[in-house]
Amino acid sequence: MSEPAIKHSPDAADLALADLADAHLTRARMALTLVVLSIVLILVSIIAVAFGSVHIDLIRAVVDRASPDHAILFGARLPRVLMGAIVGAVLAAVGAALQALVRNPLAEGGILGISGGGAFGAIVALVVFSHLGGADIAIPLCAFAASLLSTLAVYRLAQVDGRLEPFTLLLVGVIFNAFWGAAIMLVNSVVNFFFTHSIIFWLMGSFEAPTYREVAMVAVLGGIGFAVLLYHARDMNLLSLGDDEAAELGVEVDAVRRIIFIATSVMIGAAVSVSGIISFVGLIVPHILRTAIGADHRMLIPASILGGAAFTVAADLIARTAIAPSELPVGAITALCGGPFFIYVLRREGRKSLVL
Amino acid sequence: MKGEREPLAATASSTPHASADAAEAAAPAASGATAGSSVAPSLSVAAINDAATAAPSPSNAAAYAAGTPECLPAAGAVALRAINLTGGYGDRQVLHNVSIDVHAGELLAIVGPNGAGKSTLLKILSGALPPWSGVAELEGRPLAAYDRRAIARRLAMVAQENLVAFRFSVLEIVLMGRAPHLGPFHFETRHDLAIAHAALERFDLLGLARRPIQELSGGERKRVFLARALAQDPHVALLDEPTAFLDLRHVAEIFARLRELRIERGLAVVATLHDLNAAALHADRVLLMKDGATAGYGTPEEVFTAANLRAVYETEVYVGRNPANGSITVLPGAIVRPGKWD
Repeated sequence: MSEPAIKHSPDAADLALADLADAHLTRARMALTLVVLSIVLILVSIIAVAFGSVHIDLIRAVVDRASPDHAILFGARLPRVLMGAIVGAVLAAVGAALQALVRNPLAEGGILGISGGGAFGAIVALVVFSHLGGADIAIPLCAFAASLLSTLAVYRLAQVDGRLEPFTLLLVGVIFNAFWGAAIMLVNSVVNFFFTHSIIFWLMGSFEAPTYREVAMVAVLGGIGFAVLLYHARDMNLLSLGDDEAAELGVEVDAVRRIIFIATSVMIGAAVSVSGIISFVGLIVPHILRTAIGADHRMLIPASILGGAAFTVAADLIARTAIAPSELPVGAITALCGGPFFIYVLRREGRKSLVL
Repeated sequence: MKGEREPLAATASSTPHASADAAEAAAPAASGATAGSSVAPSLSVAAINDAATAAPSPSNAAAYAAGTPECLPAAGAVALRAINLTGGYGDRQVLHNVSIDVHAGELLAIVGPNGAGKSTLLKILSGALPPWSGVAELEGRPLAAYDRRAIARRLAMVAQENLVAFRFSVLEIVLMGRAPHLGPFHFETRHDLAIAHAALERFDLLGLARRPIQELSGGERKRVFLARALAQDPHVALLDEPTAFLDLRHVAEIFARLRELRIERGLAVVATLHDLNAAALHADRVLLMKDGATAGYGTPEEVFTAANLRAVYETEVYVGRNPANGSITVLPGAIVRPGKWD
């Protein structure tokens, strides 16, 4: 179908189109933005690997495989930074995708109760399967299942007469979040004291001592999730116009929504099963990026992946150095930044964004 | 007493093969109306006549009329047809056996009281709502036989409310109209940008291209969504109350642009309208609905009779002719059954 219906003389057209280049997403702008964000991520990661509660000599760590520096760098710091980067990327990308899906910049895995569901699933699996064995595999699987069920429940309950009400969705999500927190405390109070540390770990979120196997698990599931989200990035743009409008522009709305909900639930489940609930990353990062680079999800999703990684690695650096040699849970750092930020967003554009 | 749109109406409804005459005749007829009128025309009439005579692309119109290039629908062909549609929501039936056909280049206005099923009919015609029974056909094939993207390449819909969740620029919104033509990872090509640019230009939006859609007025926003629909390169446009809440000048502008598109591209337009005078002035044919059923279907002259309107709206009406251009004019009177609201 393709002759342009209205033709221009080439010169005028070239000029006119060049003039509009700053009003939409171009390949050049996307490439530049992603390169800048990649450089930021690499710099933050190098700093995070180099600094910590103990001083290490980077050269000795690389050269001398028997040195304690080597053990600290490759056994503790590197997996931790990698985990922070991957989990941060997952949280921010999921935040951006969920915001598109529910047409609300205040949506996020934690606020919608998805992370809480995942943490509850992980804790139940830990308690049950630590006796039966196979907890390694059961914890992530139960985390996925519980995040998915939580998402579906929130989504269902937020529908009024078949239409998704943004305000209702946010309220239902907040209630679910509180509900899962209470359910976790209930489990905590009835199980052996032995589990308490793990339960606090899941509630507050931390990158304490991850294994490379866990890093690989989150990287693979996160990677698949990123591919799904990037594939549907244009659909997310169209969903910003409304469900019917997106359908009328060729989006299979129900199918796309189902795929994105499943993908994000699996991603959140994977992240929660290794690092607990790290809140607000999925809110702060996409919001700042959207203000800086525009709303087009074809750029916002990859930018959130890089920006979320850099933000979380930096937050974790603060978490483990601020009160060294002791350390703060990284989830506490992001929540301390995120709470005020949430209020700020709500006050600045909440009304507008809630009623659309 | 022929109105200015008479030639187009004739083509569409009775003589499908005679469209060459229609396309050429449309512009002179419009200017003739201005020249021949003894009363000073109102702003809206003047604007429409100007737009029709100054419509920029005689070449396109001629091409459409003469050869029908591949990208344009066949002249006089049925673009959209509904046969005995019934439908509704849940178990509540809203629509009862409605049948219409809309030809290339034609404007069909759907009018009727609130809750008459106008928007439901549009939703079924757009494919967003499956009918309970009956068939909706787009260019000769049932809608159900197309996938969503294939429908979106042929049919564009503009809803009554145009809300956008994030701060997309006007150009970005218009470029979204190209989505059904692009694959998942594809960027818009020069060709897509040229189409978006032309759509912006047509709706006088070039100066607003960078602005976030949220900062625009209602009239500007409506033009953005019409431009987005045009960027889809459709053969059929479904417009739900395209002129609601707009001032006289914006209403006139929008009908003038639609008229150009109908002549140049053979665009078939189905619009729900509350303004009966606008429907009479601009539509080739009118579907008058009441309680989800057809209460009248034909040219405005045939449908807008005092008896029909009185029965449908339960209001006294005066039906006359606009002295400026001879089109049907409806003036409301008292409620037929007073006390209903007391």
